[in-house]
Amino acid sequence: MHDVLLFAAAFLASAVEMVEALTIVLAVGVTRGWRSAAFGVGAALVALAVIVVVLGPAITRLPIDALRVVVGSVLLIFGLQWLRKAILRASGLKALHDEDAIYRAEVDELGQSSSHDWYAFTVAFKGVFLEGLEVAFLVVTFGGAQHNIGLAAAGAASALVIVVIVGAFVHAPLSRVPENTLKFGVGVMLTSFGMFWSAEGAGADWPGGDAAILVLLVAVLAVSLAIVGVARRPATLTSGSAT
Amino acid sequence: MTRWLRSFGRFWYDFIVGDDWTIALGVVIAVVLTALAAQAGLAAWAILPVTVTGGLTWSVARARSRKPGTPETTEPLDG
Repeated sequence: MHDVLLFAAAFLASAVEMVEALTIVLAVGVTRGWRSAAFGVGAALVALAVIVVVLGPAITRLPIDALRVVVGSVLLIFGLQWLRKAILRASGLKALHDEDAIYRAEVDELGQSSSHDWYAFTVAFKGVFLEGLEVAFLVVTFGGAQHNIGLAAAGAASALVIVVIVGAFVHAPLSRVPENTLKFGVGVMLTSFGMFWSAEGAGADWPGGDAAILVLLVAVLAVSLAIVGVARRPATLTSGSAT
Repeated sequence: MTRWLRSFGRFWYDFIVGDDWTIALGVVIAVVLTALAAQAGLAAWAILPVTVTGGLTWSVARARSRKPGTPETTEPLDG
């Protein structure tokens, strides 16, 4: 019975973390392209594997709160920038496609290949790396407490298989959502996750624990839509939309 | 070389800070305040949602009040 509980606890806790990572990867992949997002995921998995192999059980000594603050703060800044622009577009205060040309010019100026999107790479890397590290923590702490790290790892691996299958089914319908709506959604998600992680890393306790992320998602979406409603100018009602 | 360095610096500035530097500054200040409040045993979790709501509203209001035809600053890498 203890083994069943250990497996279930590792499975569920890992699944929660993996869904968070999947959300970020899907959002970035759909809006910015899969190639760079996939590179980010791959690089994060390699980094995680190296850390797990090198540190083993000592992984619990890593300063996870410091990582949460840094990753959370950067995600929050990224998310707010996305959200701000999506709101400006939805309000008709900004053209819908002006960044792409600027982005290509900037990348060309740097002499880099325009086929690689560092933004998508970085966001995907951070999301997968931080969540993966948390899964490794969970496996070591749950498994260590019950003297059965292998079973806890099996629970986490099962969660990974399920989450990847869900992601494979979900990404196609997401691709058909209008561009600015997706960007709006990405901004909401990055802002919510960024707030959650950075506050948690800074020592704050969210009411409801991980469930607070859902409340944050709804609250950020509601606030953003309210700002769109206020900012929308009558003369530009038809030039942009959040949907 | 100087041109490349300037472009490189601008790339990273745009990458991290983006088009509105006040957002990045606001986030840093809010996270520091959250850490201080948590240490003092206060309800630190409330600081970021309040700051984000206020900061986002202010940033959009600022962009809205900008003179028509005035472009945003460079903003290559975000949404």
